[in-house]
Amino acid sequence: MMNKLLFGRFIPGESFVHHLDPRNKLLMSFYYIGIIFLANNWSTYLCLFLFTLLAVYLSSIKMGFFIRGVRPLIWLILFTVLLQVFFTRGGKVFWSWGPIVLSQYGLVNGAYIFMRFVLIIFMSTLLTLTTPPLSLADAIEAILKPLRVVRFPVYEVALMLSIALRFVPTLMDETEKIMNAQRARGVDFGEGNLFQQMRAVVPLLIPLFVSSFNRAEDLAIAMEARGYQGGEGRSKYRILTWHYRDTFVVLAFIALTGILIWLRA
Amino acid sequence: MDITFQNVAYTYQADTPFESQALHDINLTIKSHSFTAIIGHTGSGKSTLVQHLNALLKPTSGQVKIGQRVITPETSNKNLKPLRRKVGMVFQFPENQLFEETVVKDIAFGPMNFGVSAADAQQTALAMLDLVGLPQNLAQRSPFDLSGGQMRRVAIAGVLAMEPEVLILDEPTAGLDPAGRREIMGMVAKLHQQQHLTVVLITHHMEDVANYADCVVVMENGTIAKVGKPSVVFQDVAWLQKQQLGVPETTAFALRLQKHGFKFAQLPLTETELAQALLPQLPQGMVARTHDE
Repeated sequence: MMNKLLFGRFIPGESFVHHLDPRNKLLMSFYYIGIIFLANNWSTYLCLFLFTLLAVYLSSIKMGFFIRGVRPLIWLILFTVLLQVFFTRGGKVFWSWGPIVLSQYGLVNGAYIFMRFVLIIFMSTLLTLTTPPLSLADAIEAILKPLRVVRFPVYEVALMLSIALRFVPTLMDETEKIMNAQRARGVDFGEGNLFQQMRAVVPLLIPLFVSSFNRAEDLAIAMEARGYQGGEGRSKYRILTWHYRDTFVVLAFIALTGILIWLRA
Repeated sequence: MDITFQNVAYTYQADTPFESQALHDINLTIKSHSFTAIIGHTGSGKSTLVQHLNALLKPTSGQVKIGQRVITPETSNKNLKPLRRKVGMVFQFPENQLFEETVVKDIAFGPMNFGVSAADAQQTALAMLDLVGLPQNLAQRSPFDLSGGQMRRVAIAGVLAMEPEVLILDEPTAGLDPAGRREIMGMVAKLHQQQHLTVVLITHHMEDVANYADCVVVMENGTIAKVGKPSVVFQDVAWLQKQQLGVPETTAFALRLQKHGFKFAQLPLTETELAQALLPQLPQGMVARTHDE
């Protein structure tokens, strides 16, 4: 069940994208989502598509994985697209039935929304597929650092984040194991009516919470035993470095922004 | 209820970049009322194999025949309950599956899922406490107040309460002290002998294999490397060491004795066997050796 989910997984590799600075990748992914909204005609969307395909190509990860990343969200996408298609007025009207109109603008808008979704999913999938979770946590820490000025507990948040990320797979395994153990005791997960399904979750959730409490306690003791005193004044083992290729990527994004502004209607 | 594997293969996360094949072309029969031990070093596919025994995992190819039921890759997840009732499974660290408010409720949970009435289930649960050697006054306590060893017994009792015909145990004694280990293994052996349960045991303790099992399955890299009686499998010490497996300490000791002139028709596995093999050799053997020199 859970192992079908590709989003948030990391595929180790040695490509150009893999070797980028995670801070850069994270910031650029957000930036990319921002500039997608600059696109408002076919040529700008084409431009974004080519750029995304180039990024995918540079990651040397098979296209199939990206398409699979879209799959879990396909219903949400279709729902939004259909809303756009049937409730936008303007241009040539092809067909209408009461408030529902199939118009020229509607179709175009629907197509734009669809492309927007696909592009955003591709780029965020690219980020998670090529960046190990711990590097992402490091990147978030580095990016949040300026917030220390306003007394934001950056170290603590970063620590929580990296611990949380570290334990996601462990908890998933644990969930799977407890589910199997309860299945062997005759629990049916995901069957019956809503009430029955909710009740079936109890034998899964309680052990999961209990083991999380125990794990947190053990981890805290182990950390203290190894001399952890708190975030301030620690040195770092994983040091992020900014390479020329990172600068190059930033320049590419700036160029893309320029082209988009120039091409947009 | 015989369990037969026919050309079973299993792949985790099939059709994703993370896919890994855990079982390759497994052919195996587990006879009714037998005590089968499955050994093999970590990651050899033991746990994956046993999860096929009650259809928690379905083969990606091949088929598993459990009694009358045949599980193929196409088998739907519905109607597996009768099967799971017959094949009880105790996972590694089963104490992690406890969740109810009281011990007795937790033990009764399994039977109640299979449609046993609350009163009957409670009665079975209380009987199970005796079976796993827990005092009755624990019945109304919260399972989370108990010690690790006691929690494990409650968890095992919860599986036994379903009155399965086949009992699968995945390292039931991992992390227990020697006394706890002996008690749990003694209990399993008793169930096997008195209630004629079919037992499948995954273990790293070769002593347990030697003492209790009547059949050993040695796994390696998702394949079955050897199947046979413990007395046969443990003769090939060099091969076992190549599989990163050991032999029971008694056997290892007998091997050292062999180097010093003792003779064994076949290597003894248990202390009793060793003693019986040594007894006739001791006085005469020593005399014979002094004569030789």
